[in-house]
Amino acid sequence: MSRASDGGARPGKPDAPLLSLRGVRKTFGTGAGQHVVLDGIDLDVAEHQCVVLVGSSGSGKSTLLRAVDLLEEIDDGQILLDGEDVANPWVDANAVRARLALVFQQYNLFPHLRVLDNLTLAPRVVHRRPRPSAEADAHAILEKVGLTHRARAYPDQLSGGEQQRAAIARALVGGPELLLLDEVTSALDPALAGEVLDLLLALRAEGTTMLVATHEMRFARQVADEIVFLHEGRIHERGTPTQVLDHPQRDATREFLRRLG
Amino acid sequence: MSDDAREGRTAGHADARSHGDGRSHGDGGSQGAWTPSDIARARTAYRRTQRRRALLVAAVATVIVLGAVVLVVTNAPGWERARDAFFSPQRAVEVLPEVAAGLWLNLRVWIVASVVGLIVGLLLAVLRTSRIPALFPLRLFAIAYVDVFRGVPLLLILLLVGFGLPALRLPWLPVSAAFLGGLAIVLTYTAYLAEIFRAGIESVHPSQVAAARSLGLTRGQAVRRVVLPQAVRNVTAPVASMLVALQKDSGLISILGAVDAIRAAQIATTGDYNFTPYVVAGVLFLLISIPLTRLVDAWSARQGWRGQMRGIAGAGALR
Ligand SMILES: Nc1ncnc2c1ncn2[C@@H]1O[C@H](COP(=O)(O)OP(=O)(O)OP(=O)(O)O)[C@@H](O)[C@H]1O
Ligand SMILES: [Mg+2]
Repeated sequence: MSRASDGGARPGKPDAPLLSLRGVRKTFGTGAGQHVVLDGIDLDVAEHQCVVLVGSSGSGKSTLLRAVDLLEEIDDGQILLDGEDVANPWVDANAVRARLALVFQQYNLFPHLRVLDNLTLAPRVVHRRPRPSAEADAHAILEKVGLTHRARAYPDQLSGGEQQRAAIARALVGGPELLLLDEVTSALDPALAGEVLDLLLALRAEGTTMLVATHEMRFARQVADEIVFLHEGRIHERGTPTQVLDHPQRDATREFLRRLG
Repeated sequence: MSDDAREGRTAGHADARSHGDGRSHGDGGSQGAWTPSDIARARTAYRRTQRRRALLVAAVATVIVLGAVVLVVTNAPGWERARDAFFSPQRAVEVLPEVAAGLWLNLRVWIVASVVGLIVGLLLAVLRTSRIPALFPLRLFAIAYVDVFRGVPLLLILLLVGFGLPALRLPWLPVSAAFLGGLAIVLTYTAYLAEIFRAGIESVHPSQVAAARSLGLTRGQAVRRVVLPQAVRNVTAPVASMLVALQKDSGLISILGAVDAIRAAQIATTGDYNFTPYVVAGVLFLLISIPLTRLVDAWSARQGWRGQMRGIAGAGALR
């Protein structure tokens, strides 16, 4: 369980990680068609830390993020948020989800709402905030991701990169304790990817805790405290970016990195 | 304003900025003066002649087809007799007030039935797709209701409601033909509308619900704020054609003896063999349903893809 963080500024609970997965198992299908996607995952994300999930397509990164956001029922294991096992069905899932934010790989913006209303929906409906104050917050976040001029557009009218930034903005609105990001730079050109990277680094500096899935090793290297390599449903290798990317210990990791070039 | 916003971002991303400019539709005006090149002018001219040619072809085709139809009809052996029996202008003027008065009843039935049908239909659809255990009996009822009223001909429902309900002699139940006829129509159309709305609800991708729930919305909030708006938008066209059909079928209440436009026309034709009143009634129905469909088309175009075609990334402008 090597937690690779530098252990630097971590006020509050220094020992209990914000998120812990213990023996998380997830399968799809039944009988002969059963497909084990997560096969006993143990993972810790300490406060203010950024953990990056890497692994080939179909290795279960998205599934893991969705399970943490309680959008998938896991078959076994624990998902501990501040020490509480939120995988238990009697835990109020809405309250848990309101503390987390997930940026979906496919964005999942609401097509019937303008960008601004995509951002204010949850504050208004879940937190019963009045529209003006919710919109003020939303504008501040849109400014952060460089989308101020597109606030009144519908998602269909945005380019891929703009949609991606809108999805990030929507996730940031509630001031989530844990940010779950699924492939957030895949649709961005290098300059914009750089901006999103800056944004994420700034967020981490503000104390946001992050669990990120990505195919971009450059991105992983820059943002990660710990890199976790998923392979065949298990964590195959973990460590700092230097350990995993530059000195991989296992064949599968080497093979994966070699194919990425 | 948009330029200020971009200017406010980190310096050194000039590439990204110009990139963004290229993609943002129609917030320009800031780009320098532009005079079309010869190539652009040639293309514009070409497109203009193409458009003119298309218009001309359409006009000529229309004239030919219409002319053929008029020739065939007026050269038919029975044309003279048919014209007098169906298109007598003087008879039309005579019966217009009665038929129009009847049509007013059709309109009232139509409006009430539409409002009730839309509301109850949407409620039934939500009920059927909800998963609240306490609502299970209601869900069963909704399924049975839709199955029965979609499966039985409207005419049969009309007769059963129109002659069956009064037989119960319930003191609080109005027994006017218009009420009972309207009720029968509402019962049938609500079932259809419920099914259309259910299809609309099921057409919304589950990932939309996942996104809403991920933001902390409850199941009910997600349905109300995310699923239903998209569902209703997806089915405006079929719902609208259902309402137009309802407007026409409101004429069926005449079977129960309610004096609507059709019944008024029928009364006016008894005695002589002039059927002009029916044509008058038909024209009056058209005068309502054609503008109605156009209105609905225009409205749903504004809601849907077609109205926004210009602004949708990836829609393009195909030739
Ligand atoms: N609802 C589902 N039903 C059946 N199989 C599923 C379902 N969701 C995911 N899977 C399967 O689980 C596996 C892991 O999927 P997941 O989306 O988590 O992969 P990923 O690591 O995010 O891949 P990528 O890098 O391509 O995004 C895949 O083989 C996928 O086919
Ligand atoms: Mg994925």
